[in-house]
Amino acid sequence: MKRQASRLLLLPGAAFVATVFALPVGALLLRSVSDPTWGLQNFRALWEEPVYASLIRNTVQISLATTVCCILLAYPFAHVMATRPRLTRLLTLVVLVPFWSSILVRSFAWMVLLQNNGIVNQSLLRLGLIDQPLELIFNRTGVLIGMVHVLLPFVVFPLYGAIRAMDPALMPAAACLGAGPIRAFLRVQLPLTLAGLVMGAVLVFVMALGYFITPALLGGRRDAVIARMIQLQVSQLGDWGMAATLSLVLLVATLILLGASQLLVRSPARRPAG
Amino acid sequence: MTAPWAWRWAAYALVAAISVYLVAPMAIIVVISFSDSALLTFPPPGLSLRWYRSLAETPAWRDSILVSLQVMVLTAVAATALGTAAALGLASWRGPLAATIRSLLMAPLVIPHIISGAAIFLLFDAWGWVGSLQALVLGHIALAVPYVVATVGAALETMDHRLTQAALTLGASPRIAFMRVTLPLIRPGILAGLLFAAMLSFDELIVSLFLSTPQLRTVTVLMWSNVLGDIDPEISAIATVILLVSMVLLALQWFLSRQRGVPVLQGIGR
Repeated sequence: MKRQASRLLLLPGAAFVATVFALPVGALLLRSVSDPTWGLQNFRALWEEPVYASLIRNTVQISLATTVCCILLAYPFAHVMATRPRLTRLLTLVVLVPFWSSILVRSFAWMVLLQNNGIVNQSLLRLGLIDQPLELIFNRTGVLIGMVHVLLPFVVFPLYGAIRAMDPALMPAAACLGAGPIRAFLRVQLPLTLAGLVMGAVLVFVMALGYFITPALLGGRRDAVIARMIQLQVSQLGDWGMAATLSLVLLVATLILLGASQLLVRSPARRPAG
Repeated sequence: MTAPWAWRWAAYALVAAISVYLVAPMAIIVVISFSDSALLTFPPPGLSLRWYRSLAETPAWRDSILVSLQVMVLTAVAATALGTAAALGLASWRGPLAATIRSLLMAPLVIPHIISGAAIFLLFDAWGWVGSLQALVLGHIALAVPYVVATVGAALETMDHRLTQAALTLGASPRIAFMRVTLPLIRPGILAGLLFAAMLSFDELIVSLFLSTPQLRTVTVLMWSNVLGDIDPEISAIATVILLVSMVLLALQWFLSRQRGVPVLQGIGR
């Protein structure tokens, strides 16, 4: 009886989120088939007009490149973080501080650093490594530098957990049995930490798909991504039908990928092959 | 042992480079904000507080900081109340209905903020509330509730429920048992939720962008419109102020999590 009563505590929060969040999201998504008139014309436009195809291609390419860079940087970082206890606290702080800093502030910082006469270009010129400033901003390079900076922690944390959970005797054992470092890594450590790696990678990819601030500030003017287009359509073009259609595509992709990664993590531990 | 020394030093060098990559941009922005020059050069030719003075003397910046602080406080308090109550309601309730309600409460954490922003704009535009304080606060509360549900839920899961049972057996009324036993035990989770909600609200840009007008906007929205124009050291001063607020809240959170092991979490919708 008392337990039933405590469930009433859910009412205000659930009612609030339903009213201010869930119903509006539903109403927005509905507009994909109801705006400007009922029908599938928005989805037909999405399929047929080349502007949307290039939009989706840009977004997927940027997200994939970001994910790959994050994995390559996060693995050695998480490895040192997990296997050198004296560095763990310092490196956690190094990841945590940017993790909790405003994305707007960080994207602005990269704008300052990567400008034609910014610090990065000036240093490279002074060192004589380049003759003229590199184009580091308002293109894919800028987006990638900024997005990896924001999303790197999302791979570092799950990987750190996975490496910590490994039996520390395994790698010395592999070495003892004659495996070189590369072989031991590929056959022992990588399979054992794969679940953490995949989880972090999926998270990064999914988040990158919906990113708005960093591509808008650091990306090329013609190299738009889905989130930027949704914002433009809502606040400038008033094209709610297409905004809703793109939102639906983005949301479905997000939920499918997150659901798939959850299934993967929950499935029984895979054994390293061979 | 594990790897030859060359491998280890290569890994250290790489980790050092990644650390610089992660931390340097913010450090440089902070230094530039104290520049006495109108150029964004580093290192700055001289140091001064002129950009902070110019922030303090510009009504638009002052107003927007005030709006952000108001929204932050109201959001943090309301989201903590709603989220804590919901977490208590969800505790020890299993089953499909409980799972559905939990998904509803956690949804704002997963759905990209660009979609949340467009949807919330749709609602408040219909109500004629765009450009109002209440719209910003209500929008931010919706985004912050899941953080509180998560931190309080985690605290409830790790606490020893036999303690509450013991209090009830020893004759405490349910109200007294809650106030004197359960509440003190989950307080770190509640405080962590409060801080997460505050951090989220103060940093929030995307939903605020949809709900702001030139008459009423948060500091991140004003910074955004300035960044789209000509960038100057004044923006690095406001960026430093925003960083400072986040870092103070993070330091409080870090201290709390050191003490009681509250998880450090971050939504993926941003």
